[in-house]
Amino acid sequence: MTLQQELATSPSAKLSVKDVSKTFHTRGGRVQALDRISLNVNEGEFVCLVGPSGCGKSTLLNIIAGLETPDEGTVQTDGQPILGPGRDRMVMFQEPALFPWLDVFSNVMFGLKLKPGLSTAERKEVAQYYLKLVGLESFQHANIHELSGGMKQRVTLARAMAPNPRVLLMDEPFAALDALTREQLYGDLQRIWQERRKTIIFVTHNVREAACLGDRVVLFSPHPGRIREEFRVSLPRPRDINSVDLAEHATEIMRALKGHLRNSEVQE
Amino acid sequence: MKRLLTALFFFAALLAAWQIVVLSKVWSPVLVPSPASVGRYLWGALRDGTLEGSVLVTMKRLGLGYLIGLAVGVPLGMITAQFRPVRDTLGVLALGLQGLPSVCWVPLALLWFGQSEGAMLFVVVMGTLWSVILATESGVRNVNPIYVRAARTMGSRRLHTWVQVIMPASLPFIVSGMKQGWAFAWRSLMAAEIFVTILTGFGLGQLLHYGRELNAMDQVIGIMVVIVFIGLLADKVLFSPWESFLHRRWGTAK
Ligand SMILES: Nc1ncnc2c1ncn2[C@@H]1O[C@H](COP(=O)(O)OP(=O)(O)O)[C@@H](O)[C@H]1O
Ligand SMILES: [Mg+2]
Repeated sequence: MTLQQELATSPSAKLSVKDVSKTFHTRGGRVQALDRISLNVNEGEFVCLVGPSGCGKSTLLNIIAGLETPDEGTVQTDGQPILGPGRDRMVMFQEPALFPWLDVFSNVMFGLKLKPGLSTAERKEVAQYYLKLVGLESFQHANIHELSGGMKQRVTLARAMAPNPRVLLMDEPFAALDALTREQLYGDLQRIWQERRKTIIFVTHNVREAACLGDRVVLFSPHPGRIREEFRVSLPRPRDINSVDLAEHATEIMRALKGHLRNSEVQE
Repeated sequence: MKRLLTALFFFAALLAAWQIVVLSKVWSPVLVPSPASVGRYLWGALRDGTLEGSVLVTMKRLGLGYLIGLAVGVPLGMITAQFRPVRDTLGVLALGLQGLPSVCWVPLALLWFGQSEGAMLFVVVMGTLWSVILATESGVRNVNPIYVRAARTMGSRRLHTWVQVIMPASLPFIVSGMKQGWAFAWRSLMAAEIFVTILTGFGLGQLLHYGRELNAMDQVIGIMVVIVFIGLLADKVLFSPWESFLHRRWGTAK
């Protein structure tokens, strides 16, 4: 299999979340993290989930990843129910989860080595392709602790993309970065997404970020976590986080979000 | 280079101070032999082969027992970390026995195994095992669960996760446990060799013991120097490479 063939396999997938609920039982009592969530995502679509912390965004992402099971409801990729974690859905977690005992290249190779049907040489070629895609080909042999926060997230992105998943799940991947680095990554992520056309679900509590990246922005409100409203963002790409058009969209979404939060407070 | 010179200077000064004490004749030369006479003893023992022979005997006992301790201790530590009932039983036992000074195993070993190589081996294994179990256990329990989750999404399962994620992630703990296990094993083996004469082989501890019986202070001090030297060498050869790998990869401060 050549690199081109490998990159051409696995088209992006359609994702459907139907009536998913999840309650956590803790010592302090019950927390309903998700309340009958339904969400459909098209092939190759970039969807942003926005809401204040504690509204169940990570929980939903983990359920889609197959790392947690919903109490009720179903999640399907292309009509197939999700039964556990799988290579077709890769995750970028909120905290950096790069393995400190491996160098940059071996981190990217980790998932590739577990993917059948490729020779060692092909795996290396694929890993190199993705490191190049995120602009870190000259850092192959660096240790993880030698990278800046932004570089770490780039490696994480390369590692998640390398096995060629059909869906990419990103949980506030840029939340811990400084504004400048983040802006760079917005540009890179959009470029990479246009090149590789994955279905992406991107979680954030930053409305502007959501408007910048998403085709669609889905608003969540907490206690219990519910979907409140959806916005389409049809600005041309690549989008600049500082543009005026984008600011208008962001303001509109922000206003809606605040409204929902006020309402849910009143209900409590 | 500068560090080497500093070290050389320090040890030369130490030798000089020792020589001055001997020359001042405050203590009888029977109690404080000169560096030269210790050197003469070591040279003689090397020439007639007693020193190499006993170093070999001791290292064989230590090496074999230590390897057994590691081979049993690391998997047991992982099992202890994984299963609650094992933690509540074996874990507690390991904690208790690790606190037992390892020389306390010597009388038991003698009763069970007699004056045999088995007794020596037993003492070394007991010295190694418990700290390795405990270190592995806490290493595994301290692995950030995010690593395991990330590995699972990439298709890693059971054995692969243990070997490729949990073991390397707990390496810093395991190495420090290996180091502690080594130190305990080394101490307990010396104690056992000093107390017990075993006819199948004379170790360093036995040479030390005979030095005392013969009132040969040069032999006693000479063997002590060798024991210290082996300890240092083990640290440099066995553990330094691991530790510098850990420092380099994890970026922990020197
Ligand atoms: N493993 C868990 N055990 C108990 N409660 C949890 C667990 N995971 C999440 N929660 C609770 O569920 C709610 C939603 O959490 P989360 O999905 O992390 O929200 P978000 O990512 O939107 O900040 C929170 O109130 C959180 O405390
Ligand atoms: Mg979260």
